[in-house]
Amino acid sequence: MINYIWFILIFLGILTSILTGNVEAVTDATIESAKLAVHLSIGLIGVMCLWLGIMKIAEKSGLVEKLSILLMPLMKKLFPDIPENHPAMGAMVMNISANILGIGDAATPLGLKAMQDLQTLNKTKDTATDSMCTFLAINTSSVTLIPATVIAYRSAAGSINPTQIVGPTIISTMIATITAIIAVKMLSKLPIYHITKPDIIRRKL
Amino acid sequence: MFNLLSNISKFSIPIVILFITSYGIFKKVKLYEAFTEGAKDGIKTAIRVVPHLTGMLVAIGIFRASGAMDYLCIMMSPLTNLINMPAEVLPMALMRPLSGGGAMGIMNSLFQKYGPDSLIGNITSIMAGSTDTTFYILAVYFGSINIKNSRHALPSGLLADAGGILAATFIANLLFS
Repeated sequence: MINYIWFILIFLGILTSILTGNVEAVTDATIESAKLAVHLSIGLIGVMCLWLGIMKIAEKSGLVEKLSILLMPLMKKLFPDIPENHPAMGAMVMNISANILGIGDAATPLGLKAMQDLQTLNKTKDTATDSMCTFLAINTSSVTLIPATVIAYRSAAGSINPTQIVGPTIISTMIATITAIIAVKMLSKLPIYHITKPDIIRRKL
Repeated sequence: MFNLLSNISKFSIPIVILFITSYGIFKKVKLYEAFTEGAKDGIKTAIRVVPHLTGMLVAIGIFRASGAMDYLCIMMSPLTNLINMPAEVLPMALMRPLSGGGAMGIMNSLFQKYGPDSLIGNITSIMAGSTDTTFYILAVYFGSINIKNSRHALPSGLLADAGGILAATFIANLLFS
């Protein structure tokens, strides 16, 4: 899927630029985007180190387990194939909490940690598990309590009431998350998304 | 209500750090050693993300700079009329799953042109808070563990974005038009 989308973006983009005589802008955008990617990644190192370090303290003190217990009933329903005490549960709970609190920078490293833990439970290493897809869907629907960035942009643009969108955003983000959960659970049942397991021939002597 | 919410966002990061370190010292964890041990993984993770981020940002950059994004919006205008969405908002809705920075850029230009308190400004604001950069998250999260077959994660994420976009349009029309 991602292969086709990636190709279509590039193909249609370059084709359009040739037809409209906009080729130079595309050249510039290509170089600038590549630079931006490295810039963003390098910028990520400090924040990554900070939150993975803090996370390690929370892990060693047993705090993550405690937090998980609170969200466990819900998490068990969403991720039925993850063992209750598995580290992936803790990382996912922390990531979702960080998202809810609007600490986006903290959420990413915690999410990556969760993915690594989920991968240890994966039998086909190049294919996403149901739990990975569910976690991703919840993540991309972005449960937000405080849309802090948007409020900041609104104030900067001279809004009379920058915060009037807070309530509507909470309702709207909840609808998005509910959509995500329904979609991911229903789509997982479609035959085209079944995991093709490697043929393992087991012989018992 | 907003005072409470703005205080939550203002204090959340320091309080999380204070709470976790205090709890750690109370539980007799070797704080500094634990921190640096965890932080080591931060470098590896950030570097591992570079190839995926480059691939995605370049493709989106080409699509945007060429003007293809604008044509797509014109083509989809019958659809936007159907759901009561001002056509000006569509680039934001299309950009949102692809690039957070790009979407913020579009939102800002809409603020400059129509004002943040206009219907267009309010729809984009609510949209920005209720959707996320699905392609970026997918590329980075799955890329970091070398997942090649993402199965139903992408369609689910995009459906969630669609849900958020529809909800934002509906609620904003209800409250602010």
